[in-house]
Amino acid sequence: MDDLWGAFVQAIHLIVSRDPDVMDIAWRSLWIAAASTAICVVVCLPLGSLIHFNRFRGKHLLLSLLQTLFSMPTVVVGLFVYIMVSHSGPLGMLNLVFTPTAMVIGQTILIIPMMLGLVISAFSGVDKAVMETATSLGANRLQAYTVNIKEAKFPMMTAVAMGFGRAISEVGASMIIGGNIVGYTMTLTTGINRYIQMGDLEQAFALGVILMFMALLINIAIYLLQKRRQYVWFPS
Amino acid sequence: MKKFGLYFLTFVMIASIAITCFACSSKEETSTGGNVLPKETRIRLATTTSLYDTGLWSLLEPLYEEEYGVELDILYAGSGVAFEYGRNCDIDVLTIHSKADELQFIADGYGMERIPFAYNHFVIVGPADDPAGIAGMSPEEAFATLAEQQDSKFISRYDKSGTHTKEKAIWAAAGYNYSDIESSGDWYVKAVQGMAPTLLMADEVGGYTLSDIGTFLANQGDLVSLVDSGSIMLNVYSVIAINSSKCTSMSSASVAGANDMVEFLTSDEVQELIDNYGAEQYGQSLFTACYGNEPTE
Repeated sequence: MDDLWGAFVQAIHLIVSRDPDVMDIAWRSLWIAAASTAICVVVCLPLGSLIHFNRFRGKHLLLSLLQTLFSMPTVVVGLFVYIMVSHSGPLGMLNLVFTPTAMVIGQTILIIPMMLGLVISAFSGVDKAVMETATSLGANRLQAYTVNIKEAKFPMMTAVAMGFGRAISEVGASMIIGGNIVGYTMTLTTGINRYIQMGDLEQAFALGVILMFMALLINIAIYLLQKRRQYVWFPS
Repeated sequence: MKKFGLYFLTFVMIASIAITCFACSSKEETSTGGNVLPKETRIRLATTTSLYDTGLWSLLEPLYEEEYGVELDILYAGSGVAFEYGRNCDIDVLTIHSKADELQFIADGYGMERIPFAYNHFVIVGPADDPAGIAGMSPEEAFATLAEQQDSKFISRYDKSGTHTKEKAIWAAAGYNYSDIESSGDWYVKAVQGMAPTLLMADEVGGYTLSDIGTFLANQGDLVSLVDSGSIMLNVYSVIAINSSKCTSMSSASVAGANDMVEFLTSDEVQELIDNYGAEQYGQSLFTACYGNEPTE
Protein backbone atom coordinates (compact mmCIF):
# COMPACT_ATOMS: atom_id res chain seq x y z
CA MET A 1 0.00 0.00 0.00
CA ASP A 2 2.91 2.34 0.69
CA ASP A 3 3.95 1.92 -2.93
CA LEU A 4 0.51 2.86 -4.17
CA TRP A 5 0.22 5.86 -1.91
CA GLY A 6 3.74 7.00 -2.80
CA ALA A 7 2.93 6.65 -6.47
CA PHE A 8 -0.28 8.58 -6.05
CA VAL A 9 1.55 11.40 -4.29
CA GLN A 10 4.19 11.35 -7.01
CA ALA A 11 1.49 11.53 -9.69
CA ILE A 12 -0.09 14.57 -8.06
CA HIS A 13 3.33 16.13 -7.71
CA LEU A 14 4.15 15.51 -11.38
CA ILE A 15 0.84 17.05 -12.45
CA VAL A 16 0.98 20.05 -10.12
CA SER A 17 4.62 20.82 -10.90
CA ARG A 18 3.87 20.35 -14.62
CA ASP A 19 6.90 18.14 -15.02
CA PRO A 20 8.02 18.89 -18.62
CA ASP A 21 8.70 15.25 -19.53
CA VAL A 22 5.34 14.06 -18.24
CA MET A 23 3.46 16.94 -19.86
CA ASP A 24 5.26 16.16 -23.12
CA ILE A 25 4.14 12.51 -22.92
CA ALA A 26 0.57 13.45 -21.95
CA TRP A 27 0.35 15.99 -24.77
CA ARG A 28 1.62 13.45 -27.30
CA SER A 29 -0.91 10.83 -26.15
CA LEU A 30 -3.66 13.41 -26.46
CA TRP A 31 -2.85 14.70 -29.94
CA ILE A 32 -2.18 11.27 -31.44
CA ALA A 33 -5.52 9.97 -30.12
CA ALA A 34 -7.31 13.18 -31.15
CA ALA A 35 -5.86 13.03 -34.67
CA SER A 36 -6.88 9.39 -35.07
CA THR A 37 -10.39 10.16 -33.81
CA ALA A 38 -10.71 13.14 -36.15
CA ILE A 39 -9.69 11.04 -39.18
CA CYS A 40 -12.19 8.38 -38.13
CA VAL A 41 -15.01 10.93 -37.90
CA VAL A 42 -14.23 12.17 -41.42
CA VAL A 43 -14.26 8.59 -42.73
CA CYS A 44 -17.09 7.12 -40.64
CA LEU A 45 -19.83 9.74 -41.06
CA PRO A 46 -20.14 9.43 -44.87
CA LEU A 47 -19.30 5.73 -44.91
CA GLY A 48 -21.75 5.01 -42.08
CA SER A 49 -24.49 6.94 -43.90
CA LEU A 50 -23.88 5.01 -47.10
CA ILE A 51 -24.01 1.66 -45.33
CA HIS A 52 -27.07 2.49 -43.24
CA PHE A 53 -29.24 4.08 -45.93
CA ASN A 54 -28.50 1.60 -48.67
CA ARG A 55 -29.61 -1.98 -49.09
CA PHE A 56 -26.99 -4.23 -50.58
CA ARG A 57 -25.91 -7.85 -50.60
CA GLY A 58 -23.91 -8.88 -47.55
CA LYS A 59 -24.97 -5.92 -45.40
CA HIS A 60 -25.69 -8.15 -42.41
CA LEU A 61 -22.41 -9.93 -42.88
CA LEU A 62 -20.60 -6.58 -42.97
CA LEU A 63 -22.35 -5.43 -39.80
CA SER A 64 -21.48 -8.56 -37.86
CA LEU A 65 -17.92 -8.35 -39.17
CA LEU A 66 -17.70 -4.79 -37.87
CA GLN A 67 -19.04 -5.93 -34.52
CA THR A 68 -16.38 -8.65 -34.36
CA LEU A 69 -13.69 -6.08 -35.11
CA PHE A 70 -14.84 -3.93 -32.15
CA SER A 71 -12.62 -6.06 -29.99
CA MET A 72 -9.79 -6.41 -32.47
CA PRO A 73 -6.61 -6.97 -30.43
CA THR A 74 -4.42 -3.89 -30.50
CA VAL A 75 -1.21 -5.90 -30.88
CA VAL A 76 -2.51 -7.50 -34.05
CA VAL A 77 -3.21 -4.07 -35.55
CA GLY A 78 0.21 -2.96 -34.35
CA LEU A 79 1.96 -5.91 -35.91
CA PHE A 80 0.07 -5.48 -39.19
CA VAL A 81 0.91 -1.77 -39.47
CA TYR A 82 4.53 -2.40 -38.44
CA ILE A 83 4.95 -4.99 -41.18
CA MET A 84 3.41 -2.57 -43.69
CA VAL A 85 5.53 0.47 -42.79
CA SER A 86 8.79 -1.32 -41.94
CA HIS A 87 11.60 -0.59 -44.37
CA SER A 88 11.35 -4.20 -45.50
CA GLY A 89 7.57 -3.85 -46.00
CA PRO A 90 5.45 -2.54 -48.88
CA LEU A 91 5.27 1.05 -47.54
CA GLY A 92 8.89 1.16 -46.36
CA MET A 93 9.90 3.95 -48.71
CA LEU A 94 7.61 6.37 -46.85
CA ASN A 95 9.95 6.23 -43.83
CA LEU A 96 7.03 6.02 -41.43
CA VAL A 97 8.23 3.30 -39.08
CA PHE A 98 8.71 4.46 -35.45
CA THR A 99 7.07 7.86 -36.07
CA PRO A 100 3.98 9.47 -34.48
CA THR A 101 2.38 9.56 -37.95
CA ALA A 102 2.52 5.78 -38.15
CA MET A 103 0.95 5.60 -34.67
CA VAL A 104 -1.95 7.74 -35.88
CA ILE A 105 -2.43 5.32 -38.79
CA GLY A 106 -2.43 2.38 -36.38
CA GLN A 107 -4.93 3.92 -33.97
CA THR A 108 -7.16 4.98 -36.86
CA ILE A 109 -7.31 1.41 -38.16
CA LEU A 110 -7.92 0.21 -34.62
CA ILE A 111 -10.93 2.40 -33.86
CA ILE A 112 -12.56 2.65 -37.30
CA PRO A 113 -14.67 -0.56 -36.93
CA MET A 114 -15.95 0.55 -33.54
CA MET A 115 -16.79 4.08 -34.61
CA LEU A 116 -18.34 2.90 -37.87
CA GLY A 117 -20.49 0.42 -35.94
CA LEU A 118 -21.57 3.06 -33.42
CA VAL A 119 -22.32 5.60 -36.16
CA ILE A 120 -24.53 3.06 -37.96
CA SER A 121 -26.32 2.19 -34.73
CA ALA A 122 -26.77 5.92 -34.08
CA PHE A 123 -28.50 6.24 -37.46
CA SER A 124 -30.78 3.29 -36.73
CA GLY A 125 -32.00 5.14 -33.65
CA VAL A 126 -33.37 7.95 -35.82
CA ASP A 127 -37.04 7.72 -36.73
CA LYS A 128 -37.46 6.66 -40.37
CA ALA A 129 -40.00 9.46 -40.75
CA VAL A 130 -37.16 11.97 -40.59
CA MET A 131 -35.66 10.63 -43.80
CA GLU A 132 -39.05 10.43 -45.51
CA THR A 133 -40.04 13.92 -44.45
CA ALA A 134 -36.75 15.41 -45.57
CA THR A 135 -37.01 13.69 -48.95
CA SER A 136 -40.66 14.68 -49.43
CA LEU A 137 -39.73 18.30 -48.70
CA GLY A 138 -37.32 18.14 -51.61
CA ALA A 139 -34.01 17.45 -49.83
CA ASN A 140 -31.38 15.76 -51.96
CA ARG A 141 -29.46 12.73 -50.67
CA LEU A 142 -26.67 14.74 -49.06
CA GLN A 143 -29.11 17.09 -47.32
CA ALA A 144 -31.17 14.16 -46.07
CA TYR A 145 -28.04 12.51 -44.63
CA THR A 146 -27.12 15.77 -42.92
CA VAL A 147 -30.58 16.04 -41.31
CA ASN A 148 -30.17 12.49 -40.02
CA ILE A 149 -26.71 13.18 -38.63
CA LYS A 150 -28.12 16.21 -36.80
CA GLU A 151 -30.94 14.11 -35.37
CA ALA A 152 -28.46 11.53 -34.13
CA LYS A 153 -25.90 13.95 -32.80
CA PHE A 154 -25.89 12.72 -29.20
CA PRO A 155 -25.22 9.06 -29.96
CA MET A 156 -22.73 10.36 -32.55
CA MET A 157 -20.90 12.27 -29.81
CA THR A 158 -20.87 9.09 -27.75
CA ALA A 159 -19.30 7.27 -30.71
CA VAL A 160 -16.58 9.94 -30.91
CA ALA A 161 -15.89 9.81 -27.19
CA MET A 162 -15.76 5.99 -27.23
CA GLY A 163 -13.35 5.99 -30.18
CA PHE A 164 -11.15 8.57 -28.49
CA GLY A 165 -11.20 6.55 -25.28
CA ARG A 166 -10.08 3.39 -27.06
CA ALA A 167 -7.35 5.26 -28.93
CA ILE A 168 -5.82 6.99 -25.92
CA SER A 169 -5.89 3.89 -23.72
CA GLU A 170 -4.49 1.34 -26.16
CA VAL A 171 -0.90 0.21 -25.72
CA GLY A 172 -0.17 -2.67 -28.09
CA ALA A 173 -0.35 -0.84 -31.41
CA SER A 174 1.51 2.28 -30.25
CA MET A 175 4.21 0.13 -28.72
CA ILE A 176 4.98 -1.89 -31.83
CA ILE A 177 4.48 0.85 -34.42
CA GLY A 178 6.06 3.71 -32.46
CA GLY A 179 8.87 1.78 -30.80
CA ASN A 180 8.38 3.68 -27.51
CA ILE A 181 11.15 6.23 -28.17
CA VAL A 182 11.60 8.69 -25.31
CA GLY A 183 10.69 12.23 -26.37
CA TYR A 184 9.34 11.14 -29.76
CA THR A 185 6.89 8.23 -29.75
CA MET A 186 6.43 7.45 -26.07
CA THR A 187 2.83 7.91 -24.94
CA LEU A 188 1.24 7.53 -21.51
CA THR A 189 0.43 3.85 -22.04
CA THR A 190 3.72 2.83 -23.60
CA GLY A 191 5.53 4.97 -21.01
CA ILE A 192 3.83 2.96 -18.26
CA ASN A 193 5.12 -0.18 -19.93
CA ARG A 194 8.66 1.22 -20.18
CA TYR A 195 8.83 2.25 -16.53
CA ILE A 196 7.54 -1.18 -15.45
CA GLN A 197 10.28 -2.79 -17.57
CA MET A 198 12.82 -0.55 -15.86
CA GLY A 199 11.51 -1.44 -12.41
CA ASP A 200 10.31 2.11 -11.67
CA LEU A 201 6.78 1.19 -10.58
CA GLU A 202 6.07 4.55 -8.94
CA GLN A 203 6.67 6.56 -12.09
CA ALA A 204 4.64 3.99 -14.06
CA PHE A 205 1.73 4.32 -11.68
CA ALA A 206 2.01 8.11 -11.76
CA LEU A 207 1.54 8.06 -15.54
CA GLY A 208 -1.35 5.65 -14.98
CA VAL A 209 -3.06 8.10 -12.63
CA ILE A 210 -2.77 10.85 -15.24
CA LEU A 211 -4.25 8.54 -17.88
CA MET A 212 -7.09 7.51 -15.57
CA PHE A 213 -7.77 11.16 -14.86
CA MET A 214 -8.11 11.87 -18.59
CA ALA A 215 -10.30 8.78 -19.05
CA LEU A 216 -12.46 9.86 -16.11
CA LEU A 217 -13.16 13.24 -17.69
CA ILE A 218 -14.08 11.57 -20.99
CA ASN A 219 -16.38 9.11 -19.23
CA ILE A 220 -18.13 11.83 -17.26
CA ALA A 221 -18.77 13.50 -20.60
CA ILE A 222 -20.18 10.28 -22.10
CA TYR A 223 -22.38 9.77 -19.05
CA LEU A 224 -23.77 13.27 -19.26
CA LEU A 225 -24.41 12.87 -22.98
CA GLN A 226 -26.31 9.63 -22.50
CA LYS A 227 -28.27 11.10 -19.64
CA ARG A 228 -29.20 13.98 -21.88
CA ARG A 229 -30.45 11.51 -24.47
CA GLN A 230 -32.68 9.59 -22.11
CA TYR A 231 -34.27 12.32 -20.10
CA VAL A 232 -35.46 15.78 -20.93
CA TRP A 233 -34.01 17.83 -18.12
CA PHE A 234 -35.98 20.99 -18.68
CA PRO A 235 -39.04 20.32 -20.81
CA SER A 236 -39.74 23.40 -22.85
CA MET B 1 -28.68 24.02 -19.78
CA LYS B 2 -30.17 21.68 -22.33
CA LYS B 3 -26.92 21.05 -24.06
CA PHE B 4 -24.91 20.78 -20.89
CA GLY B 5 -23.46 17.39 -21.77
CA LEU B 6 -22.37 18.58 -25.17
CA TYR B 7 -20.81 21.70 -23.73
CA PHE B 8 -19.13 19.68 -21.04
CA LEU B 9 -17.52 17.32 -23.56
CA THR B 10 -16.30 20.25 -25.63
CA PHE B 11 -15.03 21.91 -22.49
CA VAL B 12 -13.16 18.80 -21.36
CA MET B 13 -11.50 18.36 -24.76
CA ILE B 14 -10.49 22.01 -25.02
CA ALA B 15 -9.42 22.28 -21.41
CA SER B 16 -7.22 19.21 -21.49
CA ILE B 17 -5.60 20.37 -24.72
CA ALA B 18 -5.17 23.86 -23.31
CA ILE B 19 -3.65 22.62 -20.07
CA THR B 20 -1.09 20.45 -21.79
CA CYS B 21 -0.41 23.17 -24.37
CA PHE B 22 0.10 25.75 -21.68
CA ALA B 23 2.32 23.48 -19.65
CA CYS B 24 4.66 22.74 -22.49
CA SER B 25 4.16 25.75 -24.74
CA SER B 26 7.87 26.26 -25.24
CA LYS B 27 8.50 22.57 -25.80
CA GLU B 28 5.58 22.13 -28.13
CA GLU B 29 7.00 24.61 -30.62
CA THR B 30 10.07 22.53 -31.10
CA SER B 31 8.40 19.13 -31.01
CA THR B 32 5.46 19.75 -33.34
CA GLY B 33 7.51 22.24 -35.36
CA GLY B 34 9.92 19.43 -36.10
CA ASN B 35 7.27 17.65 -38.14
CA VAL B 36 6.60 20.61 -40.39
CA LEU B 37 10.03 22.20 -40.83
CA PRO B 38 12.83 20.47 -42.75
CA LYS B 39 13.32 17.17 -40.99
CA GLU B 40 16.19 17.02 -38.55
CA THR B 41 18.36 13.94 -38.85
CA ARG B 42 17.14 11.14 -36.62
CA ILE B 43 19.55 8.32 -35.92
CA ARG B 44 17.94 5.10 -34.74
CA LEU B 45 19.70 2.94 -32.22
CA ALA B 46 18.31 -0.34 -30.91
CA THR B 47 19.81 -1.21 -27.56
CA THR B 48 19.71 -4.21 -25.32
CA THR B 49 17.63 -3.48 -22.24
CA SER B 50 20.49 -3.73 -19.76
CA LEU B 51 22.34 -0.72 -21.17
CA TYR B 52 19.14 1.27 -20.78
CA ASP B 53 17.91 -0.05 -17.43
CA THR B 54 21.22 0.86 -15.81
CA GLY B 55 20.69 4.46 -16.96
CA LEU B 56 23.82 4.46 -19.15
CA TRP B 57 21.97 5.64 -22.25
CA SER B 58 20.29 8.48 -20.37
CA LEU B 59 23.80 9.72 -19.70
CA LEU B 60 25.21 9.16 -23.18
CA GLU B 61 22.24 10.24 -25.32
CA PRO B 62 22.53 14.02 -24.76
CA LEU B 63 26.32 13.85 -25.20
CA TYR B 64 25.98 12.15 -28.59
CA GLU B 65 23.19 14.48 -29.72
CA GLU B 66 25.19 17.54 -28.79
CA GLU B 67 28.44 16.37 -30.36
CA TYR B 68 26.95 15.40 -33.72
CA GLY B 69 23.90 17.70 -33.88
CA VAL B 70 21.39 14.94 -34.56
CA GLU B 71 18.38 13.46 -32.77
CA LEU B 72 19.06 10.03 -31.33
CA ASP B 73 16.02 7.75 -31.21
CA ILE B 74 16.65 4.88 -28.82
CA LEU B 75 14.63 1.70 -29.25
CA TYR B 76 14.64 -0.37 -26.12
CA ALA B 77 14.56 -4.05 -26.98
CA GLY B 78 15.90 -7.43 -26.07
CA SER B 79 18.68 -8.56 -28.40
CA GLY B 80 16.31 -10.83 -30.33
CA VAL B 81 13.99 -7.94 -31.19
CA ALA B 82 16.95 -5.62 -31.86
CA PHE B 83 18.31 -8.04 -34.49
CA GLU B 84 14.84 -8.29 -36.04
CA TYR B 85 14.71 -4.47 -36.35
CA GLY B 86 18.13 -4.68 -37.98
CA ARG B 87 17.06 -7.34 -40.46
CA ASN B 88 14.06 -5.16 -41.40
CA CYS B 89 16.44 -2.20 -41.96
CA ASP B 90 14.44 -0.14 -39.45
CA ILE B 91 17.47 0.97 -37.42
CA ASP B 92 20.91 2.42 -38.17
CA VAL B 93 23.04 0.99 -35.40
CA LEU B 94 22.67 -1.42 -32.48
CA THR B 95 24.31 -2.09 -29.12
CA ILE B 96 23.89 -5.68 -27.98
CA HIS B 97 25.48 -8.51 -26.02
CA SER B 98 24.98 -11.82 -27.78
CA LYS B 99 28.19 -12.72 -29.57
CA ALA B 100 27.12 -15.77 -31.59
CA ASP B 101 23.99 -13.97 -32.82
CA GLU B 102 26.04 -10.89 -33.64
CA LEU B 103 28.46 -12.89 -35.79
CA GLN B 104 25.52 -14.54 -37.57
CA PHE B 105 23.93 -11.11 -38.13
CA ILE B 106 27.15 -9.87 -39.74
CA ALA B 107 27.61 -13.07 -41.74
CA ASP B 108 24.10 -12.56 -43.13
CA GLY B 109 25.27 -9.20 -44.44
CA TYR B 110 23.13 -6.95 -42.23
CA GLY B 111 25.86 -5.65 -39.94
CA MET B 112 29.23 -4.03 -40.56
CA GLU B 113 31.88 -4.75 -37.95
CA ARG B 114 31.36 -6.03 -34.40
CA ILE B 115 33.14 -3.63 -32.06
CA PRO B 116 33.19 -4.48 -28.32
CA PHE B 117 33.08 -1.33 -26.20
CA ALA B 118 32.34 -2.54 -22.67
CA TYR B 119 32.00 -5.68 -20.62
CA ASN B 120 30.96 -6.91 -17.21
CA HIS B 121 29.78 -10.20 -15.77
CA PHE B 122 26.63 -12.16 -15.39
CA VAL B 123 25.67 -13.24 -11.92
CA ILE B 124 23.35 -15.94 -10.62
CA VAL B 125 21.22 -14.28 -7.99
CA GLY B 126 18.75 -15.64 -5.48
CA PRO B 127 17.29 -15.23 -2.00
CA ALA B 128 19.73 -14.43 0.82
CA ASP B 129 19.06 -17.73 2.67
CA ASP B 130 19.97 -19.65 -0.53
CA PRO B 131 17.70 -22.72 -0.04
CA ALA B 132 19.38 -24.63 -2.89
CA GLY B 133 22.83 -23.95 -1.46
CA ILE B 134 24.51 -22.82 -4.67
CA ALA B 135 26.60 -19.98 -3.18
CA GLY B 136 30.21 -20.14 -4.29
CA MET B 137 29.68 -22.90 -6.87
CA SER B 138 30.74 -22.60 -10.48
CA PRO B 139 27.90 -21.46 -12.78
CA GLU B 140 27.64 -24.94 -14.32
CA GLU B 141 27.47 -26.66 -10.90
CA ALA B 142 24.91 -24.13 -9.70
CA PHE B 143 22.63 -24.76 -12.68
CA ALA B 144 23.05 -28.54 -12.31
CA THR B 145 22.11 -28.30 -8.62
CA LEU B 146 18.97 -26.29 -9.39
CA ALA B 147 17.93 -28.72 -12.13
CA GLU B 148 18.48 -31.81 -9.96
CA GLN B 149 16.68 -30.48 -6.88
CA GLN B 150 13.81 -28.74 -8.70
CA ASP B 151 12.73 -27.42 -5.28
CA SER B 152 13.57 -23.78 -5.91
CA LYS B 153 12.18 -21.80 -8.79
CA PHE B 154 14.45 -20.57 -11.56
CA ILE B 155 13.10 -17.53 -13.43
CA SER B 156 14.22 -17.47 -17.05
CA ARG B 157 14.04 -14.33 -19.22
CA TYR B 158 12.86 -16.64 -22.02
CA ASP B 159 12.74 -13.75 -24.51
CA LYS B 160 15.62 -14.47 -26.92
CA SER B 161 17.61 -11.71 -25.24
CA GLY B 162 21.38 -11.85 -24.82
CA THR B 163 20.83 -12.94 -21.24
CA HIS B 164 18.56 -15.76 -22.36
CA THR B 165 21.17 -16.85 -24.92
CA LYS B 166 23.78 -16.86 -22.16
CA GLU B 167 21.49 -18.92 -19.92
CA LYS B 168 21.13 -21.54 -22.66
CA ALA B 169 24.92 -21.58 -23.09
CA ILE B 170 25.35 -22.30 -19.36
CA TRP B 171 22.78 -25.14 -19.50
CA ALA B 172 24.71 -26.62 -22.41
CA ALA B 173 28.03 -26.25 -20.57
CA ALA B 174 26.49 -27.95 -17.54
CA GLY B 175 25.65 -30.93 -19.76
CA TYR B 176 21.90 -30.40 -20.16
CA ASN B 177 19.76 -30.38 -23.23
CA TYR B 178 17.88 -27.07 -23.10
CA SER B 179 14.66 -28.55 -24.49
CA ASP B 180 14.62 -30.98 -21.53
CA ILE B 181 15.11 -28.11 -19.08
CA GLU B 182 12.36 -25.92 -20.49
CA SER B 183 9.82 -28.72 -20.28
CA SER B 184 10.91 -30.17 -16.95
CA GLY B 185 8.29 -28.63 -14.70
CA ASP B 186 6.99 -25.75 -12.66
CA TRP B 187 10.35 -24.96 -11.11
CA TYR B 188 11.50 -23.48 -14.45
CA VAL B 189 9.53 -20.24 -14.85
CA LYS B 190 9.41 -18.56 -18.26
CA ALA B 191 9.05 -14.84 -17.60
CA VAL B 192 9.21 -13.49 -21.20
CA GLN B 193 10.05 -10.10 -19.67
CA GLY B 194 12.89 -7.61 -19.46
CA MET B 195 15.62 -8.02 -16.85
CA ALA B 196 14.15 -5.68 -14.25
CA PRO B 197 10.70 -7.36 -14.11
CA THR B 198 12.41 -10.77 -14.10
CA LEU B 199 14.47 -9.76 -11.06
CA LEU B 200 11.33 -8.43 -9.41
CA MET B 201 9.62 -11.77 -10.06
CA ALA B 202 12.56 -13.74 -8.64
CA ASP B 203 12.44 -11.52 -5.57
CA GLU B 204 8.68 -12.05 -5.15
CA VAL B 205 8.73 -15.84 -5.42
CA GLY B 206 12.08 -16.38 -3.67
CA GLY B 207 13.60 -17.86 -6.82
CA TYR B 208 16.91 -17.75 -8.66
CA THR B 209 17.74 -16.05 -11.93
CA LEU B 210 20.62 -15.11 -14.20
CA SER B 211 21.25 -11.37 -14.57
CA ASP B 212 23.86 -9.00 -15.87
CA ILE B 213 25.55 -7.35 -12.90
CA GLY B 214 24.52 -3.83 -13.98
CA THR B 215 20.75 -4.39 -14.02
CA PHE B 216 21.03 -6.50 -10.88
CA LEU B 217 22.72 -3.72 -8.90
CA ALA B 218 20.09 -1.25 -10.09
CA ASN B 219 17.13 -3.56 -9.24
CA GLN B 220 18.42 -5.67 -6.39
CA GLY B 221 15.46 -5.88 -4.03
CA ASP B 222 16.20 -8.56 -1.40
CA LEU B 223 18.17 -10.70 -3.82
CA VAL B 224 21.87 -11.41 -3.37
CA SER B 225 24.56 -12.41 -5.84
CA LEU B 226 25.48 -16.07 -5.24
CA VAL B 227 27.63 -17.05 -8.22
CA ASP B 228 29.75 -14.43 -9.92
CA SER B 229 32.88 -16.17 -11.21
CA GLY B 230 33.62 -18.42 -14.13
CA SER B 231 34.77 -17.51 -17.62
CA ILE B 232 31.38 -18.37 -19.10
CA MET B 233 29.87 -15.43 -17.17
CA LEU B 234 31.68 -12.81 -19.28
CA ASN B 235 29.20 -10.32 -20.77
CA VAL B 236 30.51 -8.29 -23.69
CA TYR B 237 28.61 -5.34 -25.15
CA SER B 238 29.36 -4.42 -28.73
CA VAL B 239 28.21 -1.84 -31.23
CA ILE B 240 27.37 -2.79 -34.82
CA ALA B 241 26.51 -0.33 -37.60
CA ILE B 242 23.94 -1.55 -40.10
CA ASN B 243 25.33 -2.37 -43.54
CA SER B 244 23.92 0.19 -45.97
CA SER B 245 24.71 -1.97 -48.99
CA LYS B 246 22.18 -4.48 -47.60
CA CYS B 247 19.80 -1.82 -46.28
CA THR B 248 19.60 0.51 -49.27
CA SER B 249 16.88 2.56 -47.58
CA MET B 250 19.51 4.12 -45.29
CA SER B 251 20.20 7.77 -46.08
CA SER B 252 23.78 9.04 -46.18
CA ALA B 253 23.02 10.93 -42.95
CA SER B 254 21.99 7.65 -41.29
CA VAL B 255 25.18 5.93 -42.44
CA ALA B 256 27.25 8.83 -41.10
CA GLY B 257 25.28 8.80 -37.84
CA ALA B 258 25.88 5.08 -37.38
CA ASN B 259 29.61 5.50 -37.99
CA ASP B 260 29.66 8.46 -35.61
CA MET B 261 28.06 6.26 -32.98
CA VAL B 262 30.80 3.64 -33.30
CA GLU B 263 33.44 6.36 -33.07
CA PHE B 264 31.62 8.03 -30.15
CA LEU B 265 31.30 4.86 -28.07
CA THR B 266 34.95 3.90 -28.55
CA SER B 267 36.32 7.42 -28.00
CA ASP B 268 38.60 7.85 -24.98
CA GLU B 269 36.25 10.34 -23.38
CA VAL B 270 33.16 8.09 -23.53
CA GLN B 271 35.13 4.95 -22.67
CA GLU B 272 36.26 6.67 -19.48
CA LEU B 273 32.67 7.64 -18.65
CA ILE B 274 31.54 4.03 -19.19
CA ASP B 275 34.40 2.70 -17.10
CA ASN B 276 33.39 4.84 -14.11
CA TYR B 277 29.65 4.61 -14.59
CA GLY B 278 27.73 3.69 -11.45
CA ALA B 279 30.76 3.75 -9.13
CA GLU B 280 29.29 6.49 -6.99
CA GLN B 281 25.78 5.08 -6.80
CA TYR B 282 26.51 1.36 -6.39
CA GLY B 283 30.00 1.36 -4.89
CA GLN B 284 31.38 -0.43 -7.94
CA SER B 285 31.36 0.58 -11.58
CA LEU B 286 28.84 -1.34 -13.68
CA PHE B 287 31.00 -1.74 -16.78
CA THR B 288 34.63 -2.08 -17.75
CA ALA B 289 35.72 -0.22 -20.86
CA CYS B 290 37.50 -2.25 -23.53
CA TYR B 291 38.32 0.28 -26.27
CA GLY B 292 37.15 -1.83 -29.18
CA ASN B 293 39.10 -4.94 -28.18
CA GLU B 294 37.64 -8.31 -27.28
CA PRO B 295 38.13 -8.71 -23.53
CA THR B 296 40.10 -11.81 -22.56
CA GLU B 297 39.56 -13.31 -19.17
